[in-house]
Amino acid sequence: MATQNSLMSAKEVLNNYFLENRARLLEIAAFLDRIDRAKDPEVGEADFRYRAFRRALKILDECKENRIKALHLNFSDLSIEPRESAAGLKGAYGAWEGASFEDH
Amino acid sequence: MVHGRALLLKIIDPHIHMVSRTTDDYQAMALSGIHTITEPAFWAGFDRGTVEGFRDYFNQLTLFEPARAAKFGIKHYCWICLNPKESEDLQLAEEVLKIIPEYLDRPTVLGIGEIGLNKNSRNEMKVLEKHAELAARKNELILVHTPHLEDKLKGTRLIMDVILNHKEIDPSRVMIDHAEEHTVEEIKDKGFWVGLTLYPQTKFSPERAVDVIEVYGSDKIWMNSAADWGISDPLATLKAANEMRMRGHSETLIQKVFYENPKAFLSQCSKFEAS
Repeated sequence: MATQNSLMSAKEVLNNYFLENRARLLEIAAFLDRIDRAKDPEVGEADFRYRAFRRALKILDECKENRIKALHLNFSDLSIEPRESAAGLKGAYGAWEGASFEDH
Repeated sequence: MVHGRALLLKIIDPHIHMVSRTTDDYQAMALSGIHTITEPAFWAGFDRGTVEGFRDYFNQLTLFEPARAAKFGIKHYCWICLNPKESEDLQLAEEVLKIIPEYLDRPTVLGIGEIGLNKNSRNEMKVLEKHAELAARKNELILVHTPHLEDKLKGTRLIMDVILNHKEIDPSRVMIDHAEEHTVEEIKDKGFWVGLTLYPQTKFSPERAVDVIEVYGSDKIWMNSAADWGISDPLATLKAANEMRMRGHSETLIQKVFYENPKAFLSQCSKFEAS
């Protein structure tokens, strides 16, 4: 897969990108806390998007390479057959409702 | 990273929806070195109700926008099609498909696009197939829209299967746009061109797009803003180019990604001439 390594040293990567990604982690923590503080946190925790999100966090921790592709696959519709109809459907959710997360 | 030096690059933005943008955007693009753009036909944010609505849109793309762009020294080209988001109404789709050939010979039309899938439905597949047949029959370049988010992987595979079933279509004359890290390799392996879209939240940041160049190489790949009526940035290509420079990539490579590559793909249509 890899055709070219980064031209930057690891220290340069950290110098350039650490702060903005630290901020992103804090946003994730605040997002999860916000669901906990919602009127009905159990509804959020049962939602397929929330479950995909929690699974993504686990992948980030456990995956040793190509984390970005693993995350994409975690959120993707992995079925093969075309949908019968798209009537009334326009947008996307960002996660696949049909995922069986226990199988991952 | 948004800091960095100002760039004096020649850039082609090969996918941008100027009908949704202000004249200020044309001015900003011209001042920034974006002097050639191409605009695929797309969804207006609502479903058009009649074939006459599409005629008006195709006239806007082929007559009005090139003139608006020319006032700023920008060459404006376009692509004609029925967007997959409007494919569920097969009767209207058939009517629109019948009028598309009337526009393909206009001087700024580069081919069929952006065709593809949105929710990967059977009707979308039927309309995609008809567009592919038309492109094959008329030997047109194809610009493909791949679905969003969770639908992208499946949709990209379905689209490539439909196009590859047409043996007369050369994959090197097809751009599969809105690719992401989980689809780039499959697209390249099948001989298609790869498009990376710099779009907040739902597609690429400049940083991730440059990662793709580093990981998968710079051959047969372009970047675009796909700026439209959503929160988007007509100068996004400049920011990605700046990210490449900040990381130490050569001016030659930057010029390849943002000018020579789109020029090479688009020049497969004899009507195209880069500014």
